[in-house]
Amino acid sequence: MWRRIWTLIKARNREYFRDKSALGWNFAFPFLIILGFGLIFTEERQTLYKVGVLVPGMAALQTDSSNTADGIYTNFKDKKFIEFIEFSSRDNALDKLKHHRIDFLVAPKSGEYWVSKTSPKGYIVERLFHSSSEMKAQGYHKQEITGREIPYVEWLFPGILGLNIMFSALFGVGYVIVRYRKNGVLKRISVTPVSAFEFLTAQVVSRIFILFFTAIVVFVGCVILFGFECRGSYFDLVIVLFMGSFSLITLGLIVASRSESEEFTGGILNLMTWPMMFLCEVWFSMEGAQPWLQKATHIFPLTHLIDASRRIMNDGAGLYDVRYQVTILAAMSLLFLLAGSVLFKWHKD
Amino acid sequence: MLVLEIIDLVKHFPGVNAVDNISFSVESGTCFGLLGPNGAGKTTTIEVIEGILSPTSGTILYNGKSRGKSFKEEVGIQLQKTELPLFLSVKETIETFRNLYKRKAAMDDLIDACHLRELLERDNRKISGGQKQRLFLAMALVNDPKLIFLDEPTTGLDPQARRYLWDIVHEIKSRNKTIILTTHYMEEAQILCDRIAIMDYGKIIAQGTPNDLLEQHCKGAAVVLQDINDEEKLADLPWEYFTTRESIEIQTDNINECITFLMDKGIDLSNMNVRSLNLEDLFLKLTGKQLRA
Repeated sequence: MWRRIWTLIKARNREYFRDKSALGWNFAFPFLIILGFGLIFTEERQTLYKVGVLVPGMAALQTDSSNTADGIYTNFKDKKFIEFIEFSSRDNALDKLKHHRIDFLVAPKSGEYWVSKTSPKGYIVERLFHSSSEMKAQGYHKQEITGREIPYVEWLFPGILGLNIMFSALFGVGYVIVRYRKNGVLKRISVTPVSAFEFLTAQVVSRIFILFFTAIVVFVGCVILFGFECRGSYFDLVIVLFMGSFSLITLGLIVASRSESEEFTGGILNLMTWPMMFLCEVWFSMEGAQPWLQKATHIFPLTHLIDASRRIMNDGAGLYDVRYQVTILAAMSLLFLLAGSVLFKWHKD
Repeated sequence: MLVLEIIDLVKHFPGVNAVDNISFSVESGTCFGLLGPNGAGKTTTIEVIEGILSPTSGTILYNGKSRGKSFKEEVGIQLQKTELPLFLSVKETIETFRNLYKRKAAMDDLIDACHLRELLERDNRKISGGQKQRLFLAMALVNDPKLIFLDEPTTGLDPQARRYLWDIVHEIKSRNKTIILTTHYMEEAQILCDRIAIMDYGKIIAQGTPNDLLEQHCKGAAVVLQDINDEEKLADLPWEYFTTRESIEIQTDNINECITFLMDKGIDLSNMNVRSLNLEDLFLKLTGKQLRA
């Protein structure tokens, strides 16, 4: 039995690693996402509002400057998430404002500012501008977060890793088995002594190996490129990633259990992956979402995989701290594996 | 000794009886051919015996017993249509399938028997149709089986590739293997098979050795006339005849009487052709000349 399983694992791994185009994409995808988001969400580059500034000395209209106006502008300029764009021509700047290319225009030396009456962003920037004269809100004392803050990219990384595992598990197992069934490979294997159990085990083991291989390459690459670190134990992380991968692969087995149509399976897989992609906190937290929606996301294995790996990587949690997630993933895997095995058919009768 | 006994086999699909109560047996060391037009039920029959499809009813005995767990270990199967795992060389493909069995044929023998030595390092997707069929045949022989199923092994091949494969099958047969093959090439059946069963609409309509069947159904010869306008003169011809677009073919058990009859009718015999009847004639006689949809 083990020889047959090993033979099928080898054949599948060869198929995977020799398909250079698909292989390259599997490794490149997580790097590109992390790189892209790293660039977009690095704090210095993150802008929510754009403010035009008429540069002193070059502005078309110049009146007396006042110290108060200058002071307000200096305070205003310290505000984060605002990009300041200098203009030498007032007409040009006003034209940009009219077309919402900028949200607000200020001339510090003349003490004037312009804002579009219809722009919500302009309204917010105007409030911010006004508040720049009063540096402290009455009755409040600002406190700093103590301890180490987690950079957004480090928060994002477990999500991307989970997303990559999800796509690779569902499409790599679900799609491949359906392709095998459609083109007759499955039928050919079915007339050998290989049992369904042996075949499915080989697919699961091969895919877990592939997933871990990819995850290690991506992880090491990201550590080198972005200086990530895992604050918890690597052993605990491996256990969580293993359980997550296993549950998603077994979910793929259910999808692939009977269908002969790649198009149909592709549709079903998209139907499963899209909600997981947006509701399992890959990109953003579900904090503040409707309570029922937050609860509903618990039906997805990806939610638990990402949650547990984030706790381990970002917070240094141990396996005991993520026992709930690991138990849920184990239960889901068992359920999916049972359903996948019972439903599995080599081919249509 | 009987290797296979098929008794009252029925396979019903919704709306169609693909295999309709057929029985036959296969002796050890012989080649048994299932013949029939497309859709006759040959592949369904062979796939039920192979265990791919489950029978609706009937009995299948392998070496006198029901097919047990060892059946898949002991038989070799070449499917009519199949694809291979991708990105494997010819050698890796054979090794992969060979490793799925406990009993293994010697790799060198297998490669030589199927004439694959030159192709071993080639990608299994980048070989010709004939080479692919030889690879499929090798895959069916990886466990050195005593019983081999070949489902239309030469369909779609050019005449050279087909003859090349026949030589290989002959060679396999000479090693005292039992072969069951399906085909719609009569020449193939005549060359390779010791016994044949002709199927149509899910039933076996004739079975026996090719010679017995010819003797029984197609005694005599075919007289071929080239002018189809002569048909009007054949109204009271005492033998069966078929008309095609170019010729009239009379099947007769008495050539002398037939020619005398034709001369009496004033038919010009200068372009006449006489040949002995073969399995193709038998096949067409039993299954009809109508094109099947």
